[in-house]
Order: sequence, then C-alpha cells, then structure tokens
Amino acid sequence: MYSFSGGSQLYNYTTAVADHLQLSSVLKTYETIIQPGRSERHYWRDLWRNRELMWILAMRDVSVRYKQTALGTAWGLIRPLSTMLVMVLVFQKIAKLPGDPGVPYPLMILGGITIWTFFSTAFTQISSSVTMNANLVTKVYFPRLIMPISAVAVSFVDFLVSLGLFILLAIYYQFLPDWHLLLLPFFILLAILAAFAFGLFFATINVRFRDVGQLIPFLMQIGFYACPIAYTSRTVANEWWYPIYILNPMVGIIDGFRWSLLGEQSFFNPQSLVASVVIISVCLVLSLYFFRKRESTFVDDI
Amino acid sequence: MSVITVENISKQYIIDHKKGKGGTTLRDVLTNNIQSIFGGRKQQQELTHEEFWALRDVNFSIEQGDRVGIVGHNGAGKSTMLKILSKIIEPTTGTVKIKGRVASLLEVGTGFHPELTGRENIFLNGALLGMTRSEIKRQFDEIVAFAGVEKFLDTPVKRYSSGMYVRLGFAISAHLDPEIMIVDEVLAVGDAEFQKKSIGKMRDNSASGRTIIFVSHNLTAVQALCNKTLYFEKGMLIEQGETNEVIASYLSKVSRTQLVRQWDTPEEAPGNDLVRFRRVELIPDYPEDTTHIDVRTPMKLRFEFWNMMDHANLNLSMHLNSLTGECIFNVGTRSQPYGKGLIAGECTIPGYFLNDGSYTVSVMIVKDTVTPLFMMDDGLTFDVEDYRAGIAWYGKWPGYVRPQFPFEMEMMEPVIS
Repeated sequence: MYSFSGGSQLYNYTTAVADHLQLSSVLKTYETIIQPGRSERHYWRDLWRNRELMWILAMRDVSVRYKQTALGTAWGLIRPLSTMLVMVLVFQKIAKLPGDPGVPYPLMILGGITIWTFFSTAFTQISSSVTMNANLVTKVYFPRLIMPISAVAVSFVDFLVSLGLFILLAIYYQFLPDWHLLLLPFFILLAILAAFAFGLFFATINVRFRDVGQLIPFLMQIGFYACPIAYTSRTVANEWWYPIYILNPMVGIIDGFRWSLLGEQSFFNPQSLVASVVIISVCLVLSLYFFRKRESTFVDDI
Repeated sequence: MSVITVENISKQYIIDHKKGKGGTTLRDVLTNNIQSIFGGRKQQQELTHEEFWALRDVNFSIEQGDRVGIVGHNGAGKSTMLKILSKIIEPTTGTVKIKGRVASLLEVGTGFHPELTGRENIFLNGALLGMTRSEIKRQFDEIVAFAGVEKFLDTPVKRYSSGMYVRLGFAISAHLDPEIMIVDEVLAVGDAEFQKKSIGKMRDNSASGRTIIFVSHNLTAVQALCNKTLYFEKGMLIEQGETNEVIASYLSKVSRTQLVRQWDTPEEAPGNDLVRFRRVELIPDYPEDTTHIDVRTPMKLRFEFWNMMDHANLNLSMHLNSLTGECIFNVGTRSQPYGKGLIAGECTIPGYFLNDGSYTVSVMIVKDTVTPLFMMDDGLTFDVEDYRAGIAWYGKWPGYVRPQFPFEMEMMEPVIS
C-alpha cells in the first residue's frame, strides 16, 4: 500500500532471522543499532511492539476528557442533540429547505452531524497530537505515529454516543434500516482514513508552525457548510458546479454514511464516493510519507 | 561482554541566529520570502546559521554489569549522549550498538498525567518506559509499597505532594527489568531515606547483571554508585576510566576555569570614565592534598581597579550570588579617600562556610558610601564541590551555607543494665 512497506517487510524478515539467531545464544536479548537515518527499518515492528502504549495513551485521553466536569459523558449527547435542534429550526423551519423525500429531516441532519463531528474531532485531535504530547516526544522514544493513532480514540467514543442517539431517534420515528447498514463500517473507516490523510500533514506542520492551531477551527467551520450536513446533496445536484462540489472528499463519505443508515431514499451519488476514495488514498500516502520524513526532527523543532 | 558500543558519535545542531525563542510562525517565513520575490528591501536581518556540535567523535564501550557515571559541566553533551542512547534524538554521524533492552529514566514521572490517579499513572508511565501490561501487573504491589503511596492509589496525582510524585516515578522505573538502565539526575530530589533506598535498589540491580548509566551533578552519588566514569567537556569525551581517577581529574580541571579575569587594555575592561576594573581573581587556599575547591577550601577574592578621580571616598561592595541569582551575602570595605591610581581590595571567605554549588560574584565600586559608580555583574563564577568524610548519606546537603558551628553531644545519664 505504501511505497516503503515492501522494503520494511523484507527487513522484518531478515531481522526476524537475526533475532532468532540471537535468541538461541542469549535468551530474550536483541540488538539495537542506532545510526543516522536508520530508525526507518524497525519502524513498523516497533509500532506493533508498542501497541499497548497506544492503547494506554488512548485510554488516557478518553478518561481525562470529561474529568472534573459535572455532566461528564453527557456532553457527548448534549452537543449533537443541540446542534441538531438548532439546524432543524434554522434550515427546515425558517429557510424551508427541502429534505430527502421519505426521510425525517431531524434524522437526516443527525446522521450528517454524527459522521461529520467524528471526522472533524478526529482530524483536530490528530493535528494537535504531536504537540500535545511534546513532553513525551522530548523524553521518550517510541514510533511517533502512536500519537496520532491513539488520538482518534476520543472522537470515536463521542461518535458511538452520537450514533446511539441516532438509534434512539430512529426508533422514535419508527425508521427501520435495511441491508445498506452492512456498508456502514466501510464509511466509518473511510472517515478515519480521511482524518489521517489530512491530520498527519497538519500534525507535522504544527510541530514547526503553531499557526495550525488557529487555522483548523476555521477550516472546520467552513467545512460544516461546504458539506451536506444541514441539507441534502440533492439540493445542489443540478447546479453546474456540482462536479466541483463532489471533489470535497467528505461529500461522498457523508452521503454514503446517511445512505447506509437511511436507505435508498437518502441521496447518494456513487461518483462522489469514487472521488473521495481516490483523493483520500493519494493524500494519505503523501501525508504518511511526509510525517515519517520529518518525524526524526520533531524533537529538535518542538 | 560489551553491551554498548559507541563509535564516532557526533551530533550537530544548526542554530538560526535571527530566530527568537518563541518558535517560528508561518508569517515570518512567508513575509521574508514574499519580500524577496517582489524585490523589496531585504529585511533579512543577517540570517546567520551557526553550526554547533553538541557531541563530537565520541567513542566508548560499556561492559555488562558496569555502573557508569557521566560527569561534566552543563552543556558538555551529557544529556545529548543519553538522548542518543535512548533513541530520542538521532546522531548526525556514527553508530551505537546496544545489546539488550534499554529503559531510560530521563526525568521522574515522565508522562504522568495530573488528572489520572496513581494507579492509572503507574500503567501509563510503565508503558512509556517499555513495560508490558502483564509485567506492570505482576510488580504492581511492589511498586506501590516501594513508593509508599498505598493510601493514595485512587487519588489524582495532581493532589500528590512533590515527594510522593517523585517516589512513585522512581518506584516504577526501579521495577523495570531492562538489561540496561539510563538514569539522569533523579536522586537530586526526594528525602534522604528514599535516596538511600534508591541507591540500594540500583546497586542490587547491577549486582544481578544489569548495566546502569548514571548522569548526575552530585559527584558524591556518582562515587558511591559507579565503578566507571566518563567525563565530557564541550561535546567531547575527554576522559574515561575508574571513577575515582576520573573524578579527581575532573575536579582539578573544573575548578581552574574562570578563577582569574584580567583586562590588559582599558578599552575592553569593564568600567567607565571614573573607575575601571583591571583584574578580578579568586585565590583558593587548597588544603595540602586537594587541587580543587570544595566545602573545606578557604579562598580570597581580589579586585583591582583604576581610579581616575583626584579625590574620592571609595569603597568596594561584593555580592556573592547563587547560580539562581539569589544573594547569599553582601560585604563591603570601609570607605576611604583615594587619589588617582590602581587600587586593590581583598575579601577572605573561610573554609567550611559555603555549601557545595555554583556561585557568581558581583562587585560594585561606591563613592561616599551612597553613590554606586560601577557594578560588575557575574565577574567570577566558581563551583564548590561537595566533601564529606565518615558520612554514608549522599543526598544534597541543604542550605546555602555549610558552617561548622560547635555542636556537640554527650551521654547524660547512661542506663546501666
């Protein structure tokens, strides 16, 4: 999948052999070689070895998130619920925008908010993951990718809460999902990959330029309106600029997510999904490459 | 068997002189580039890059079971060396080969999250140090007992006293089971009882074959713990060998730095049109077998300055400051009338007065006991090393001064059994 994974697999094989040879002579001992530019080679193996650390850092973020708040996890419910109510009021009642026929407007909006908030929180957390852990970066070695990966946990917990809220609302509207639901994990995964594709890039930039901290809330605010969250893509599907509109990779993800929850009545254009997959794959590879390239200098710049 | 081999390790930093310390913002980079694109006045305030070698061609090897001390002044490259060994920074050139698992304890409680409880932080910190979950679980009770925090396990560590915080941090790393352990300045904190326990624990560890690398400013602790010592100066490893020999030569070299400052031409001498310094000097009166300043050493501070006024009532006033800038004492000479000429003043500091530590001397020339004519800040800098005989405690001796006032004790009423 990535340009360097082939090489690292080959290397993993050779180190495995070397490890084995050493194991037979000195039990449980392995040799580390530190050289300029060498960290590359053990990277993916180290990442796997440190999976417990990844888990513990994720748990740390989750358990710290609502410490010393009176409402605690309830915040995970209050945010999407109140956003949804405001959006229904503004877009359905005041602006009188048409929704998808046969789909309750609040359900449509909550579906959009759920996946969008997941993406935007994950993206924001990933972007600040390295700088937030500056005290660790300067003192302990571990594959730096652990930080962005564990940063996703918090947004995923909020996502599950929001999804639970969606289920309750669907029961209230007596709305039954169909086979489309089976594709839901695919769209969730795609949202995570999108968060990495853009987040890793900004996480790397953030180490040097703290401007990123100012830029991201602003980007997310624009994104909220540039994506079909409070409205359906059906409203803009006939505009001449629609082909440009679907180049926003989140359009395909949001529409697809809603489509798998709400079924055929919800508007979904497979072309937008193709655009998403292509753009996200390209950006992910480039971001990952950039992150890995700069990683060894984090400690000097942070 | 050598477990660590370091070959030709160097680490270079490029220092950008224009850059302030607050980090660059995108704007600085953009405006600089845009201005040059439009051919505007290049406001690049001499973007000079200076190469700085934090480490230069360092070679050494460490045998299994060695307890190695690393000594040297601030900025000598000790910490850089440790960071390379623990893979935090990459060397610019060279190779390090390490056999075995390394755990580095660079600062006690690294990664502790203030909001998490003691229990949660044990797992977090343990994982950061490279322990697996099952390893931590197995040693959990022992760690808690060693740190003595049983009652506070479910309290967030932000409510811990600093002593508890440090004890918990050290306890976790002391229960690590790596083949090689890197320790940087941990014993400077914590109470005496805990320090004794820690040194004991580290000795036990190395008796069981573990290799320890220990960086400390506390030479007494290095001497107590380490059998080998490396001495770094300005990024270079200048001596290595048996601890006692290396420390002796370190002390003799260290205390000769900056004990005299002399200005041969008036232009470069500190001062003004009225008075100007010529020479400041610290003259230690070493006891017979020593060649460095320690807490026993009496010393003289001598100041020579030119007076360019015809008649003036002058006196010298000297401040002795700790490295953190607190004034420990201030003494002055009597004010006397002087004509034009070279004047010298001398102050004697007895032995057994200053505690071990780093000190700076500032001196002021005062007219008519009220008007400061000139003040020279940080005219001299010197270190006082620790010395204790017949004391098995290695903790930092508290206080700025360490006088030997008469303090005796006697048996008043023996109980005859």
